[in-house]
Amino acid sequence: MTPRRRRMVLVGLILLGVGGAVALALTAFQDNLLYYYTPTQVAAGEVPNDRLFRVGGMVTEGSFRREPGSLEAQFVLTDYESNVTVSYTGVLPDLFREGQGIIARGRVARDGRFIAEEVLAKHDENYMPPDVADTLRKQGDKRVTTPIATSTVESGAE
Amino acid sequence: MWLWFHKLSSPPHAYRTAGRLRPWFFWPAILLLLIGTYGGLVLAPEDYQQKDAFRILYVHVPSASMSLMVYVALAVAAAIGLIWRMKLAHAFAAACAPVGAWFTVLTLVTGSIYGKPMWGTWWEWDPRLTSELILLFLYLGYMALRASFDDTQRADRASAILAIVGVVNVPIVKYSVVWWNSLHQGPSISKLAAPSIDPSMLWPLLVMMLGFVLYFAAVMCDRIRGEILRRERNASWLSEIAVGT
Repeated sequence: MTPRRRRMVLVGLILLGVGGAVALALTAFQDNLLYYYTPTQVAAGEVPNDRLFRVGGMVTEGSFRREPGSLEAQFVLTDYESNVTVSYTGVLPDLFREGQGIIARGRVARDGRFIAEEVLAKHDENYMPPDVADTLRKQGDKRVTTPIATSTVESGAE
Repeated sequence: MWLWFHKLSSPPHAYRTAGRLRPWFFWPAILLLLIGTYGGLVLAPEDYQQKDAFRILYVHVPSASMSLMVYVALAVAAAIGLIWRMKLAHAFAAACAPVGAWFTVLTLVTGSIYGKPMWGTWWEWDPRLTSELILLFLYLGYMALRASFDDTQRADRASAILAIVGVVNVPIVKYSVVWWNSLHQGPSISKLAAPSIDPSMLWPLLVMMLGFVLYFAAVMCDRIRGEILRRERNASWLSEIAVGT
């Protein structure tokens, strides 16, 4: 074996070793790496009850409720298997709409509702001009969502 | 082919070649960046959902892909330098690092500016964001390790090991959005199916990406020349050039 071949094998072994170690570590910490839980996991009770955690899902169509003049919002998050009712007081991000992916951070209350302290909007990987979106929407494409008035200012103006 | 390889790896030849290639990378890069910027900011229609705010992706996406590509180039060069004891490959790797680090900073900053209006947060400890931050630390660690040696050859070998170890992070950055639940959305253009970005918005992005690659190549021509000058400062061929001009 030439010295060059030996160095080549050494580099290969380093890559293999570090790659393997990282892969094992990532698999072992899968639960701790979890950025958010799904509504199904919440419904099955597979979530921490001693600390804040995040739940992510789609806002169910027609589930958004907000009392006029109040900042308290209520909506249902779904992963198309289970639902979680989320209640949140505060300003929602611009991208918040029904049918949109949302991540809420908070905890589960006694009545089973999820009390969120923070709501983040998750946008998808689809980019298109408005007229293309309109066409898709007419064809009933579920990927395209319609904005709803979520801030009190907007609903007051309309 | 091997003759070409050996010829290129000789410092005087590489020095001249880099100088000759530079304008061929630089001017097309400037042209493409101008076209891409105009296309992205003016010609591309607004997004149905994100309105005009999505336009930051014309900087964010190319710099993100460059931050990964430059790291792979750096690590491959470091491995070649380590295995074939090729000094020019080490010089290339060393020249890559600051450029890659700046692309990573640009990615993180534009991503943060993008994240605030869209997601509602400047920063989250999300897998994609965190692994990109680790990438920045790898670049900085590589540069710091190099700087800590006085002897160039020892700096080359030690930092090459770090570069090779760090390459494990690259697929983690790339696939973090697929492997884990992430706030960051999935890939739009690098998947097997048709890109989920409208053609009218896609072309300026591709032009920008090509512009970024050529810009990197042009910058590298300069940086590799600087690196060769520093390493060969006592070589006779250099004093010949210096006296000749």
